[in-house]
Amino acid sequence: MASFTPDPMRAHSTPIFKPDDFKDVDKNHSSGPEMQRESISAWRDVWLRLKSNKMAMFWLAVLFIIVIMSLVGPLLTPFNFRTNDLLNTNKPPSSEHWFGTDDLGRDMFERTWMGATISLRVGLFAALIDLFIGVIYGGVMGYFGGRIDEIMNRAAEILYSIPSLLIIILLVVVMQPSLFTIILALGITGWVNMAWIVRGQIMQLKNQDYVLASRSLGAGSARIIFRHLIPNTIGPILVTLMLTVPSAIFAEAFLSFLGLGVQSPAASWGTMIADARSSMTVFPWRLFFPAIFISVTMLAFNLFGDGLRDAFDPKLRK
Amino acid sequence: MVRYIAVKLLYMLLTLFILATATFFLMKVIPGNPFLGEKKLPTEIYNNIMEKYGFDQPLYKQYLTYMNNLIHFDLGTSMRATHLTVNSIIQQSFTNSAKLGIVAIIVSVIVGIGLGIVSALYHSKAIDHFTSIVAVIGVSIPSFVIGPLLQYFFGVKLGWFHVAGLKEPLDYIMPTISLAALPIAFIARLTRSNMIEVMNADYIRTAKSKGLAKSFIIHRHALRNAILPVVTYLGPMTANIITGSVIVESIFGISGLGKYFVLSVSNRDYTVIMGVTLFYASILMIARFCTDVAYVFIDPRIKLAGREGNG
Repeated sequence: MASFTPDPMRAHSTPIFKPDDFKDVDKNHSSGPEMQRESISAWRDVWLRLKSNKMAMFWLAVLFIIVIMSLVGPLLTPFNFRTNDLLNTNKPPSSEHWFGTDDLGRDMFERTWMGATISLRVGLFAALIDLFIGVIYGGVMGYFGGRIDEIMNRAAEILYSIPSLLIIILLVVVMQPSLFTIILALGITGWVNMAWIVRGQIMQLKNQDYVLASRSLGAGSARIIFRHLIPNTIGPILVTLMLTVPSAIFAEAFLSFLGLGVQSPAASWGTMIADARSSMTVFPWRLFFPAIFISVTMLAFNLFGDGLRDAFDPKLRK
Repeated sequence: MVRYIAVKLLYMLLTLFILATATFFLMKVIPGNPFLGEKKLPTEIYNNIMEKYGFDQPLYKQYLTYMNNLIHFDLGTSMRATHLTVNSIIQQSFTNSAKLGIVAIIVSVIVGIGLGIVSALYHSKAIDHFTSIVAVIGVSIPSFVIGPLLQYFFGVKLGWFHVAGLKEPLDYIMPTISLAALPIAFIARLTRSNMIEVMNADYIRTAKSKGLAKSFIIHRHALRNAILPVVTYLGPMTANIITGSVIVESIFGISGLGKYFVLSVSNRDYTVIMGVTLFYASILMIARFCTDVAYVFIDPRIKLAGREGNG
């Protein structure tokens, strides 16, 4: 007698699916909706937006020229930045001395590019300090939060509430004025802003749903930090770096202007402006060249930084 | 509210204490002292001087004396101009700095807010572009470049103003421009973006659809909310003006505290350096404190527990 009650054991003998219902698929095969257009990576997207911003691209080119010239410029003339030529002091610009000479007969063209080298070096170091101290400090504050965040934040706040140039001046008084001292001083004070930006960004990101999803799929802290949090913070980090550079350049020139920075015979735009002031009524070009170059350099960093910010976050553009 | 103010005050004092301690030990780290070097002083005189400044005492005692004096607002005696106390130096030279600083702050606020509002109202018009150029120039061209250039063109070439000094009202123009360029740029940017944001807000649309006059809307609704965040800039602006004054006073030969500070740095007059640093820091702290408190009063939305912004 056949029983009408379904017997689960019978399923084995008469399978519903036959073997040829399944196809072996290569493990790299991906299927899904067909792409309507080429997929654009985040970086390419940023680059495309940046490229269409004429202003930003112009200032990027200016920066490029300044960097190249700071390396190549000194080789273009037979002079150097330190040799005195007391027979040719305070000469106006000519075919021989393109930017004229200073009160010791030193070639201003050479000295201007020497100033560029120093400014760019200070900017570079300030950016590195921002990157290492600022990003790590901010990252730790943001990721761990709570008590750690509170204590670290207070410390940063105290440091931030003292005008950084006062700290720098104090340090320079204690140590010998030199490029190293300036960079060290910038390192002590310069990273706080970066730390706060990274902190804010990480705090916001770590509560996002995709981080939660990743965590619930078993991702560890390291994977979340390196895979999700850091890549999404790179935009603001880069923008902040770009805007740190001009303030570092300003700080160096400010100190050198006061005689607390780079010492003669090395030339900084700050010292060149300070030296030129006493005789600017008679030899104004000595003031003009360093003045123009420091302004253009800072302008270029600021405007390119603005362009970069727009490219990373088009919502911010106003 | 009282708790909020008390906490802020406490942090202010803590910061000042840390700064005072740090400057004290920084100055002690320096090998030697200002009286060594130059000419060799007779031992008796040298010992007398050491005693006068308390340098013969052990370090912790010196520190305690220093702190005790600070509590009584006594910043010590100058090591160079030995007949002057740091307090009297600050008193004498700060008048000029304060005059110039206050003029610069007033000009920055008025011009900055004015430019910001006008450029927001004429968004993407000529005046807007002009403002963004002014803003970029203000941020990018340092005061020690603006100052000498102004001196050269308007002082020397055109002869409109005195190259240096601060005797007549007209003398204020060039130093004020040099000092105010940066704050003007910041305030104009800030006001502009706030104003644009506010003008797109729902309540402005409501006001417009009620048929209110544009001038009334701007006056009554938009402006108040747009210039609110400018208050937060008061702290950083004070810092900018102080750093700026150090340079601008040297450039324009104004005998103010900034110029004296630079002088004392190159003279290594340690007591003056420490005193002026603390004085500047205190002014800044007070400005920050006022900002925090004022903001709570102005903007009821602010959370009392919240930290102040990055500004």
